[in-house]
Amino acid sequence: MLYDEWHANEWVFMQLKEIVEIIEGKVLSGCVWETVEIQGGCGADLMSDVLAAAQPHALLLTGLCNPQVVRTAQMADVAAIVLVRGKVPAQEVIDLANNECVPLITTPYGTFELCGRLYKAGLPSLERRIASGQDE
Amino acid sequence: MSDDAEPRRVMTDADAHNISRVEELSYELKISDVMTRNILTLTPDMQIVEVLEQFRQMRISGAPVVADGKLIGIISLEDLIRAMERGNSHARARSYMSTDVTTVRSYDSVVTALEAFGRLRLGRFPVVDETGRLVGILTKGDITSGTLKALQRDYQAEEVRRYRASHLFEDIVSDRTSLILRYRIEQGDFTRGGQASSFIKRALLRLGANAQLARRCGIAIYEAEMNLIIHTTHGGVIWVEIEPNQISMATIDDGPGIPDVNLARKAGWSTATAEVREMGFGAGMGLKNIERCVDEMNIESKIGEGTRLDMKILLLPEESFRETGS
Repeated sequence: MLYDEWHANEWVFMQLKEIVEIIEGKVLSGCVWETVEIQGGCGADLMSDVLAAAQPHALLLTGLCNPQVVRTAQMADVAAIVLVRGKVPAQEVIDLANNECVPLITTPYGTFELCGRLYKAGLPSLERRIASGQDE
Repeated sequence: MSDDAEPRRVMTDADAHNISRVEELSYELKISDVMTRNILTLTPDMQIVEVLEQFRQMRISGAPVVADGKLIGIISLEDLIRAMERGNSHARARSYMSTDVTTVRSYDSVVTALEAFGRLRLGRFPVVDETGRLVGILTKGDITSGTLKALQRDYQAEEVRRYRASHLFEDIVSDRTSLILRYRIEQGDFTRGGQASSFIKRALLRLGANAQLARRCGIAIYEAEMNLIIHTTHGGVIWVEIEPNQISMATIDDGPGIPDVNLARKAGWSTATAEVREMGFGAGMGLKNIERCVDEMNIESKIGEGTRLDMKILLLPEESFRETGS
């Protein structure tokens, strides 16, 4: 069927707007976030894991909500940050995200539930796999 | 158009520029640039309830009906409501779909689709390619977001053009020209942690570095910056030298020094406190991450004197900070 052919041949892009609906999220910051395109997901609470594993244009699911999350996202070209379990960061973090144009979203769900919902909706993983013994 | 009640407003140059750019884009962008590609197609034998369930799952309000690879109709929520009202929820899609389908062509410009939307008052058009094959679907929302995205791309290209400082390397003659950036990093300053790295990454992008190169440098220097904040006695200095064909970065501090450099380079080895770990750092992956991002890495450390971390990235010919004559 045509539908499957497209899935096999094309990069999957999901609009952030669609993702926000799926995770029942609330957008805390971000300039023009509606048109941000997401190519996949990545979940981590260790910032070094994000820097090592997340590929560009990923959505980051994390339980951390300090300024470093925004900085880490910026360095790793993460497209948007989802704070799990209803976390809302301090105003300074929201301000930083606004200044750096990083969409920051909070959702009532936990990481497992969110991964499931997004995977089911067709969002693939953008986590680089660890090669045997060493990365890369 | 000529509504007298509308207060007259003087159009600024910026307005004129923006309007004309959006208009220009509607001619420049092809329908294939903005359409939705991953679409749901239905078969004519599907029941109305099944179609409704698909719409609900995909969060859409209409889809093309395809038989033997050919587009034979289109069905929308309104058609489904019509079927439900008559109590025909188990009827086939073919009975309620519109067969008079207006398609648009993927290779036409967006402006032709805008005209069609204005003329026909439809919510969506199936998009076909040169051979008449269905390749996507187009809504007004697709056009809006496609145009916004194109404007964003414009803006980014403009930023690189405006700040593009790489001509320095062409205009200034010396045996070896370089640009040096220096930053002072305070110990324990988590609030501003990463700011210097952010400035460095932006500087590289403005110099015309590609996204991948900027990302490699950004990740390496960010890990190194966090090390200065977490592990040093008095903070330290970040030093970055940009040359046309290489980027050298270093962090220098005055203590306490690393007792065993080889051990520190091992993945997972860490001396970070619980507080630092709570912030998502100190997993002992920093130096490993840096190593992965740079071409050369060197650490010199003496207890009581301090640590110097040197990182070097060699630029590929196509990444070089020189005008390529364009």
